[in-house]
Amino acid sequence: MNELEAPTLRTQTAPDGATWVELTGDWNLRSLSPRLRRLREQLEGIADTAGWDLCRVSALDHAGALLLWRAWGRHWADPVRLRPEHRRLFEHLAQAPEVARLHRETRRPSPLELLGYHVLSLIDNIGGLLDLLGRAALGALLYVRHARRIPWVQISANIYHTGTQALAITALVGLLVGVVLSYLSAQQLRTFGADIYIVNLLGVAIIRELGPVLAAILVAGRSGSAMTAQLGVMRVTQELDAMMVMGISPTLRLVVPKMIALGIAMPLIILWTDAVSLIGGMVAAHAKLGITYHYFLVNLPQSVPIANLWLGLSKGVVFGLFIALIACHFGLRVKPNAISLGEGTTASVVTSITAVILIDAMFAVMFSDVGSFQ
Amino acid sequence: MSEPVIEIEGLWTRYGEQIVHRDISLTVYRGEALSLVGGSGSGKTTLLREMIGLQAPSQGTVHVFGEELHTGSLEQLRRQRRRWGVLFQEGALFSALNVYDNVALPLRELKTVDEGLIADLVCLKLGMVGIEPQDGEKMPAELSGGMVKRVALARALALEPELLFLDEPTAGLDPDRSASLVQLLCNLRRNLDITVVMVSHDLDTLLELSDRIAVLYDQRLIAVGPVEEIIRNDHPFIRDFFGEHARREFEALQCTRAEAEARRVEPVAG
Repeated sequence: MNELEAPTLRTQTAPDGATWVELTGDWNLRSLSPRLRRLREQLEGIADTAGWDLCRVSALDHAGALLLWRAWGRHWADPVRLRPEHRRLFEHLAQAPEVARLHRETRRPSPLELLGYHVLSLIDNIGGLLDLLGRAALGALLYVRHARRIPWVQISANIYHTGTQALAITALVGLLVGVVLSYLSAQQLRTFGADIYIVNLLGVAIIRELGPVLAAILVAGRSGSAMTAQLGVMRVTQELDAMMVMGISPTLRLVVPKMIALGIAMPLIILWTDAVSLIGGMVAAHAKLGITYHYFLVNLPQSVPIANLWLGLSKGVVFGLFIALIACHFGLRVKPNAISLGEGTTASVVTSITAVILIDAMFAVMFSDVGSFQ
Repeated sequence: MSEPVIEIEGLWTRYGEQIVHRDISLTVYRGEALSLVGGSGSGKTTLLREMIGLQAPSQGTVHVFGEELHTGSLEQLRRQRRRWGVLFQEGALFSALNVYDNVALPLRELKTVDEGLIADLVCLKLGMVGIEPQDGEKMPAELSGGMVKRVALARALALEPELLFLDEPTAGLDPDRSASLVQLLCNLRRNLDITVVMVSHDLDTLLELSDRIAVLYDQRLIAVGPVEEIIRNDHPFIRDFFGEHARREFEALQCTRAEAEARRVEPVAG
């Protein structure tokens, strides 16, 4: 049974002048599929009046029968000779209702429609985000009144996953950025003989701007995607439904702890990134400009007002809240299929990184007077 | 007996210290329907996965269509996989494709079948499992559990398999739906002459559909044989599993089968 006999057809003229098509071999999908093109050409070349002899076909399945049925024009060829068990297959085909071909409309939308679609989906997403933010705020209020119900375990677990486990990567990136920034600035400052201002430059840039934004972007990519995927899979597997049925609100149990946790973890990661980054800058400044560590450390608090640190850390709280909010929002919108999960995670990361930069710009404008030299 | 389709010899499965299968040998013959039964966690699905080549046994050989499954080349495995269809427990439909495309996918993968013939074949297979053509546009998420199973069956049948693996074909279906699925499978077996290997817990499915039953218990295959032989077996596990109820049901089934046979024969005789 493993050896396949190639399907062949031969046209013969009987003594009475009639044309007969004799089929031999296996007419099943497995032996047909490699030879389908040639067979179809042969079948097309056969006159309608020909008779068909299927008695020597060794195997026939739906695919083979359909191929012949289509060649016959979807009705019985006349005359036809075939074995009873094969006749049953064709009768099955004859009985099958004529199925209208499935039409799928694939029209390319016009640019205007695309624009409209994107604007509408943006509005829809903003609405959804506000809705979730509102519910999370109400949930947080509930926790303020009933302190006993605060899900400490979830908050602590989330701080560990989003904060503690992110320490290594933020340190590495922070250190390298500090070194690079210090090296590049050192060259410029030296041409003006302003070597000692490296402390001010690094201090303000890192503490006020680079540390918070770098850490937030890393966390958005790292933890934001994880949160979206977690909620997305929970939605697909109906775990969220199961929670709701038990009277546990997914917003309260999943979204709020994540927001609180990231709100706490984010400023701490920023503090850590700032510190490592400044150390990198300090080492590079020592190597390039010969500024001693002692001088750097003593001058840092004098040249960078402490308000910059508070500003950076409070940015961190807002970044953390929004990264978690956006991640949860997209996670809860995942539809039960594999593509949607991927799209949701991508949208979540892209949106939260964009949001981080937007919020940073707003902070820059609103607090432009804070933390500069009097 | 006709020729063997699947031959399992001396098969062991271990996960670390835990032994799932201990020296199992089993043969499935062409044209028969064999059911694997056993308590939950007895490794039925694992054994099925080893027959499909999704998982390699720790020891022992599995021959399908006369070729060793786990030492052969990838090309050989690919060729063999086109000769069988698998109905997974949860259907495992591709969630990103609609019903029509799910069934058409294995045919399109052959790269030689034209879209016209694919459309006819897909509609035929969907018709065979009782799915309306207008449901072809639906996505798997929009289908009910019974429909998912039937579409998955249509997909498993798309390549005209000689061998069909069914993992819990009727689990999670209501009795009505499961009866109609069993009926459908019986018809398919009669019309297409395929070999069926099935894992099932459902008594009705087992009795209606299988020719032979293999019982897995305590890491071993404790009994293999025709249905009537197995349900009369005195092993405590088998007695608990089937019970008196199964025996009565099986006898009733035999009666109706005999009646149906008599009715079918009569007009010809007269």
